[in-house]
Amino acid sequence: MMGFIWFWLVAVMIVGYVVLDGFDLGVGVLHLFLVRTEAERRAALGSIGPVWDGNEVWLLAAGGTLYFAFPLLYASAFSGFYLPLMIVLWLLILRGVSLELRNHVEVGVWRALLDGVFGLASALLTIFFGAALANVLRGVPLQADGYFFLPLWTNWQPGPHPGILDWYTVIGGLVALVALTLHGALWLTIKTSGELAQRARRIVTPLWFGLVALTLASLAATITVRPVSVNNYFNYPATFIVPVGVAASLAAIWFLNRKAQPVKAFLSSCLYLFFMLSGACWGLYPTLLPATTGADRDITLTGAISGPHTLAVGLVWWGFGMVLALGYIVFVYSKFRGKVDLHAGGN
Amino acid sequence: MTAELIHRLHFAFTITFHYLFPQLTMGLGLLIVVLKSVALKTGGGQWDRAARFWGRIFAINFVFGVVTGIPMEFEFGTNWARFSRLSGGVIGQPLAMEGVFSFFLESAFLGLFLYGEKRISKLMHWFSAVMVFVGSWISGFFIIVTDAWMQHPVAYDRLPNGQFQVLSFWQLLLNPWGLLQYAHNMTGAVVTGSFVMAAVGAFYLLEGRLQSYGRIFLKVGVIAGVIASILIIFPTGDLHGKYVARNQPAAMAGMEGLFKTEAGAGVVLVGQPNEETGQIDNPIVVNDALSFLIYGTTKAEVTGLDQIPRDQWPTALPLLYYAYHIMAGLGTWFAVLMIGSAFLLWRKRLYTARWALWALLLSFPLPYIANTAGWLTAELGRQPWLIYGLMRTSEGYSNTVSASNGLFTLLGFMGLYLLLGILFTVLIYREISSGPEPKAHAAEAVHAD
Repeated sequence: MMGFIWFWLVAVMIVGYVVLDGFDLGVGVLHLFLVRTEAERRAALGSIGPVWDGNEVWLLAAGGTLYFAFPLLYASAFSGFYLPLMIVLWLLILRGVSLELRNHVEVGVWRALLDGVFGLASALLTIFFGAALANVLRGVPLQADGYFFLPLWTNWQPGPHPGILDWYTVIGGLVALVALTLHGALWLTIKTSGELAQRARRIVTPLWFGLVALTLASLAATITVRPVSVNNYFNYPATFIVPVGVAASLAAIWFLNRKAQPVKAFLSSCLYLFFMLSGACWGLYPTLLPATTGADRDITLTGAISGPHTLAVGLVWWGFGMVLALGYIVFVYSKFRGKVDLHAGGN
Repeated sequence: MTAELIHRLHFAFTITFHYLFPQLTMGLGLLIVVLKSVALKTGGGQWDRAARFWGRIFAINFVFGVVTGIPMEFEFGTNWARFSRLSGGVIGQPLAMEGVFSFFLESAFLGLFLYGEKRISKLMHWFSAVMVFVGSWISGFFIIVTDAWMQHPVAYDRLPNGQFQVLSFWQLLLNPWGLLQYAHNMTGAVVTGSFVMAAVGAFYLLEGRLQSYGRIFLKVGVIAGVIASILIIFPTGDLHGKYVARNQPAAMAGMEGLFKTEAGAGVVLVGQPNEETGQIDNPIVVNDALSFLIYGTTKAEVTGLDQIPRDQWPTALPLLYYAYHIMAGLGTWFAVLMIGSAFLLWRKRLYTARWALWALLLSFPLPYIANTAGWLTAELGRQPWLIYGLMRTSEGYSNTVSASNGLFTLLGFMGLYLLLGILFTVLIYREISSGPEPKAHAAEAVHAD
C-alpha cells in the first residue's frame, strides 16, 4: 500500500514538473524563431521570468522524494544514466543563467548570445527529458547487483544492450520537444498580446499535427519495444480511460485553440501531458525500471522501497508541505495573472 | 587516479563552488529584511532603494546558487550510488524536505519580491523579503541535518538488506551535532553577508560617491558584522569544537595536529604537521590551551593521533590541519576588525577613517575563504568515513561509473564553472559600479517584468 501511494506521489511530482517547467522550456524553444522585436522577446521571457525558478523546484522535489522513497532506484538509475544526467545538469545551468542574466546585460551581442544559449538549452532539455522517459520505458541492462551503466549510444537499436539514444528513445525525445513547444505556444497566447500572441496561436496548428503523429508513433513503438506495457490496461480495462483522455485532450487543444480560448486550450495541454505521463507510469507499474537483461532483474516497487517507518512519517510531512507549497504557488500565479505588463517591474 | 578520488573531487569541487553563493544569499537575506524593515518604518526613500540594490545582488547570487545547487542533489545518485542506496531512507528525507518546505517558499516569494513590487502592498513586499530569508534559512537547516547525520548518525536502524531507516523523525531533525553546526554555519553566512555589505559601503566612501548609501551599508554591515563575528567564535564555534572533540577525537586531533595524547595539550598557532615524524615543524604553541578550550581545565588529557588506529586517521591530514587553522585565524581577524570598526562607528569616526575603510574593503573575500575552510574541516575531519563509524568513503562511491567518465564530467564542470565565475564577477561588479540610484537603472525598469 505504501508502495502504491509513493509510486503515485512521485509520479504526481514528475507530472507537476513537466506541466509547469514544460511551458518554460517551450517558450525557450519558441522565442528563437517566434519573436521579431526586442519588446516581443521581453514579453515572451517576461511571461516565465517570475515563475521558472519555482517550476524547476518540482524537479528537485521530485528527485528528493524519489531518493527518499525508492533509494535503490535512485542509486541505480542516477549512476546508470550518469552521462545524460550530467549533460542535463549542464543544460539546466545554462538555461537558468542565460534566462536570468540577459536582463543584466545591455550589450546587444551578449544578449543575442544568451538568448541563443537559452533557446538551445531549452530545446535540448526537452529532448533529453523525453529520451530519459523512453529509456525507463524501454528498460536498461541491469546487472545482477541492480546497477548498470549506459553509454550515450551503441548501435541505435533498443536490444538487450542499448545506449541512451536509439531509434525508440529518439522518438520519445521528439514527442517531448513538440509537446512542450506546443505547451509553450499556448502559454504565450495567454500571457502575451498583439502580433506575438497571434503568431503563437497560429504555430499551434502545425505543432498539433506533428504531435498527433508522434503520439501515435510513440504508442506503436512502445508496444513493439516492450509488449508487456499494455498488460495493466487489459487487466484493468477501466484504465483505458487514459488513452481516451490523451485523445480527448488532443482534440480539445485543437478546438479550443481554433475558438481562441487560450486558457482552456492550455489546460487541455496540461491534461494531455498528465495523461501521457500517467499512462506511461501505469504501463510500468509495479515495475520501476525494467531490465533488458531478463525480467527477474527488473527493479520493482517492493524491491526498491524504503523502510515502512520512513514512509509513514514521510507521508505526514509531505502532505503538509505540499499543501503549503500549493498555497504559495497559487498565490504567486494569481499575483502575476493576466498579460505580461512591460512596465510593471519593480527593479 | 582512482575512481574513489575522482568521485570525491567531483563532489568537493562542485559543492565548494556552489557554497560560495548560498552563504551570501543566506547572510544577505537577513540584512535585506533589516533594510526593508527600516524602510517600512521610515516610509522608504533611501532605505528602500538600498534594499532594491541588494535585492539585485541577491537575485544574481540566487540564480547562481540555484543552478549550481541542482547538481548537488543529483550527485548523491550519480557519483555516490552505493551510499545513496543504503542511506536514502534517512538522508533522502531531509533532502526531500528541503525541496518541499524551502525551495517552493523561497522561489515563490523571491519572484514576488523581485518582480512584484508594483503589484503588492508595501507590507506584502516586506513580508516577501522575510519569507525569502526564512526559506533560505530553512534550506540551510535541512542540508545541515543531512550532513550532521553523516557526521554523527542518530535515530536509525538497519533493515535486513543493509539499508538504514529512520527510527525517530524528530531525533533526526534535532540531532545535537546538527543544531550546533547550524548555529555556527548560519552565523558564518551572516559574517559573509555583513562583510560584503560593509565592503561595498567602504568602496563608495573611498570613491567619494554615493556616500549616503555608503554610510547605510557600513552601518548595517558593521553592526551585523560585529555581532556575527563574536557569535561565530563564542558560543557557536566553541560549543561545536567541544562537541567534535568528544565525538570525533580523530578529527580534533587532526585539526589541531596533535600527534601525541597529552594532559595539558597546547594549541598550535603556526606550524606544519609532519606525518612522517609525527611532529609539528616550526611550531608556535600556546601551552595547555587546547585542554582548557575543550574540557575547561588546563590539566585535561586530549586524545592524540597515537591512540587512533592508523586506518582511521583522517585521510588528508595536512589539509584538514591547514583548513582548520585558516578558518580559526581568519575568524580571529573578523572579530578584531569588526570590533574596531564598531568602536569607530560608535565614536562617529568610521566614515572618515580611511585606513579602516580600506581594511573593510580588502577583507570582503576572507569570509568566503573562512566558510570554505570551515566546511573542508568538517568534511575532511569525517574521513575516512562517509557515515561516521558506519560506512567508509571507499564503500560509497558509484563503482559502475569509471574514473574516466568521472573525470570527463569533472572537467566539464570545471570549464562551465570557470565561465560562470567570470560572468558572476562581471555582473556583480557592474551592479556595484552603477549603484543604488534609480537613474542608472532606468533602462532596467522596462525589462524586469
